[in-house]
Amino acid sequence: MSAVVLGAGMHPWGKWGRPFTEYGVAAARAALRDADLAWTDVQYVVGAGTIRNGYPGFVAGATFAQAMGWSGARIASCYAACASGAQALDIARTRILAGLCDVAMVVGADSTPKGFFKPVGGDRPDDPDWLRFRLLGATNPAYFALYARRRMALYGDTAEDFAAVKVKNALAGSLNDNARYRRTVTAGQVLDSPMVADPLRLMDICATSDGAAALVLASEDFARRHGARGPVRLAAVSTVTPSFPDTVLGLPDFATDSTAAVPPPERTFRASIAHAAYEEAGLGPGDLSFAEVYDLSTALELDWVEEIGLCPPGEAGKLLRAGDTSLGGRIPVNPSGGLASFGEAVPAQAIAQVCELTWQLRGRAGSRQITGARVGLAANQGLFGHGSAIIATT
Amino acid sequence: MDAPVIDGWFTVDGGTAHLLGTRCADCRTVCFPPRTGFCPNPRCAGENLAETRLSRRGTVWSYTNACYPPPTPFVAAEPYTPVTLAAVELAEEGIVVLGQVKDLTVEELHVGMELELTWGPLADGPPVWMWGRP
Repeated sequence: MSAVVLGAGMHPWGKWGRPFTEYGVAAARAALRDADLAWTDVQYVVGAGTIRNGYPGFVAGATFAQAMGWSGARIASCYAACASGAQALDIARTRILAGLCDVAMVVGADSTPKGFFKPVGGDRPDDPDWLRFRLLGATNPAYFALYARRRMALYGDTAEDFAAVKVKNALAGSLNDNARYRRTVTAGQVLDSPMVADPLRLMDICATSDGAAALVLASEDFARRHGARGPVRLAAVSTVTPSFPDTVLGLPDFATDSTAAVPPPERTFRASIAHAAYEEAGLGPGDLSFAEVYDLSTALELDWVEEIGLCPPGEAGKLLRAGDTSLGGRIPVNPSGGLASFGEAVPAQAIAQVCELTWQLRGRAGSRQITGARVGLAANQGLFGHGSAIIATT
Repeated sequence: MDAPVIDGWFTVDGGTAHLLGTRCADCRTVCFPPRTGFCPNPRCAGENLAETRLSRRGTVWSYTNACYPPPTPFVAAEPYTPVTLAAVELAEEGIVVLGQVKDLTVEELHVGMELELTWGPLADGPPVWMWGRP
């Protein structure tokens, strides 16, 4: 038995300056239209939360449920930073698989302030996120830059390689009506953009955006009774922590775990996220038709390409240069345009990834359609040790 | 030296800076920042975490800078000069520790070079640990 996706919907991403609830409702209604269901058919609703919208964000499920009109549905809210949407999906899918409901709605939306993400205000020296800014000024892009510089030192990747990721993803994003950035870019534009955190430039780093995404999930039996033909199946939802000792410096930490007493695990944290999903789905990287990965920076996409097993460590640049990860390539990565084209709307982005999996697997991704797409993987990592990956199949 | 920006994470002893971590009495796992209560090794039930000074020298795991002033609660100097950051690997402890870099720009750093612990003031006064030229 599987949980299936009956409906997928988004509000276009951008800087719209409206309350996040509006975006979420728009996405939820789009997902319901796609599923050919009414709001009152939804038995369970999960809202992915954000901490930047204060009190309403903490209770996202109820905020969306009230905005859609109280319907007496079962409800949950969940916050797991960038993995919030995936965890919300996990909760809904699990409830369906347990037989506790037939139809569930998962929704995430955000209105994001301009500039660097920064911690909640006040004087809070017991919060590692607050401390990393206070003591070091270590922004999220600073961590992405550490990973990027490490790639250059270990594998010989260049700024031109990183720019080529942006060029690739911007081209895909130019074909996506929901993307914030719809213009193609040249490598020269990326390399001429201002340096933010050496070696990453402004156009190497994803923006912060407003946006929303929603999914209607159902049991297979319900989908059949409802007349859905060949719905997309969720073959795996992995939500894992790192394994001790985590030897890659992660946001917002000051240091890695020590290997003084325990040797490093077989897989890095990011690699373990995809591995858990492959194990659950009984599939491997060779089965994938495409992948959506967390390109918070251009260089980070190359890390992910290796960590989801598309090639050995150090060889993602080779795949990129060969065009393998482009639309029309052997294994397209971020056919939606990725975060490079959407920007970050934290509680929505993992759900948005699954919207793209759904549209691609239905063969309805328009001019960015991957021919014969049968299996898609979406991977992401949430601050403070939340990892998640989702595998969807036809 | 003014009061450090945070208590118990580093000390300056006779002009020499030391990072203060903890070491588990049972499994010997080292932590930075220092922990209280429970060992982070999931297979260790240790609750006796003793303060330990970390190695003062290590090799650069990676580095970057902040070309734009970081947001609050960081206090940026006026005029702003980019803050350099390095993640330094301490071989003995098997740990990578992030810190500001003193008096070196990204052009002067490379992965694998040796740096030594030092300290310097934040823009608003309190001292913090930094990585510097040995």
